[in-house]
Amino acid sequence: MNADDIQVIGLTLGTAALSTLIIFPFGVALAWLLARKEWPGKSLVDTLVALPLVIPPVATGLILLNLLGRRGPIGAFLQNAFGAQIVFTWKAVVAAMAVMSFPFLVRTVRLAFEEINPRLEQVARTLGASPVRVWMTITLPLAARGMMAGAVWAFARALGEFGATILVAGNIPGRTTTISVAIYSDIQLGQDGHAYQLLAVSAVIAFVAILFSNRFSRWGAPR
Amino acid sequence: MNFVVQNLQLAQGAFRLEIPDLSIQGNVIGIFGESGAGKTTLLEVVAGLRRPASGQIRVDDLCLTDRAKGTFLLPEQRGIGYVPQDLALFPHLSVRKNLTYGQKSAAASRLGFSHVIEVLNIEPLLDRAVSDLSGGQKQRIVFGRALLSSPRLLLMDEPLASLDHELKISIIPYLKRIRDEFKIPMLYVSHSPDEVVELCDQVIVMREGKCLRTDPPREIFETSTSMALKPGIYDSRK
Repeated sequence: MNADDIQVIGLTLGTAALSTLIIFPFGVALAWLLARKEWPGKSLVDTLVALPLVIPPVATGLILLNLLGRRGPIGAFLQNAFGAQIVFTWKAVVAAMAVMSFPFLVRTVRLAFEEINPRLEQVARTLGASPVRVWMTITLPLAARGMMAGAVWAFARALGEFGATILVAGNIPGRTTTISVAIYSDIQLGQDGHAYQLLAVSAVIAFVAILFSNRFSRWGAPR
Repeated sequence: MNFVVQNLQLAQGAFRLEIPDLSIQGNVIGIFGESGAGKTTLLEVVAGLRRPASGQIRVDDLCLTDRAKGTFLLPEQRGIGYVPQDLALFPHLSVRKNLTYGQKSAAASRLGFSHVIEVLNIEPLLDRAVSDLSGGQKQRIVFGRALLSSPRLLLMDEPLASLDHELKISIIPYLKRIRDEFKIPMLYVSHSPDEVVELCDQVIVMREGKCLRTDPPREIFETSTSMALKPGIYDSRK
């Protein structure tokens, strides 16, 4: 392990955590809308959210490249409005991770909302609770385990993200190289031993994340 | 309680709830009928959990719904104590927190905590987890939760349907105590004639989404000891 490895691990953990934090409120809100409400375009949004699960990650990366590049609609806007460049920076790593892990978050949290008996929320309303109080005292505590699991799955998926990242962020040492990209690069260069070291680190991080998620599930279980 | 329903219409798939004109007085009003008669749907409309397409519902001088005037009180504004068929105790809260979820401040509360606890005999259960309770205990906690919200109207949706015969017999005295001690008007849904005879002073008979008649229980069942329905009870007559 050298300083470069620490930097790669730090960048991977930091970008994965940031992407999870960014998508979390949107994912929870969308999961709730999908689980509990009927609205026009629901099926379309549901399908769009699931798309990164089924199309090749490299294809998702290509779409992101076209959207976030200097000539893409979002990239051009950000460049003109804020002077911000996305592609081939750590921000592109975060974007790729966010898009690829979003379906994991939404699907897990949606399931958590669907598992709550709507009658509990109805009864709470009849007992005089406002919708906000019902959300805070019934829905949120009962869905908390699912939300936590969704966040951990999204984080774990972000840690392993490769296909979209390599396309939209490239492999710039010290700036965009994540653990997955570094492993790929090491194998390409015949540095298998180093690749295995990073693989072990990656496995340990994922193991700890899932262990934490499982522990949290037990602590939060209804008595 | 004077319970009035006018021109009520609600469609739900192939099922239609239609009550053109119903006015009934009683302290405990039974809503009786076979499965699929629309009893629960009517109760949910009264609770504000479903919005009817049209119609008016009044309890005494309080208008709960009047679509023509655009009136629709939200469930939390209705002052009801709702006991659903599946109980719906909050699984993540202790028994005590379930009981006090809808409790008003001491000044606003019409029913004292200790009085309700005593009537329902649930003092030893207060610090237990909901998952540790038996069926009959859960039932009493749900009654207590509804009562402690100081409702002006109790809505009971087949509260004994999921209990076996012995448990049912043990719970009925508690329902009678609620009726006699707290004197809160009650709409009591059931498809069980013996419960209706035991607890209700008036009965609404429903079938296929329609209200067929309203009468005291003795007019509907053969005798006070026989739970057989009188002939022609489901014939349309108000």
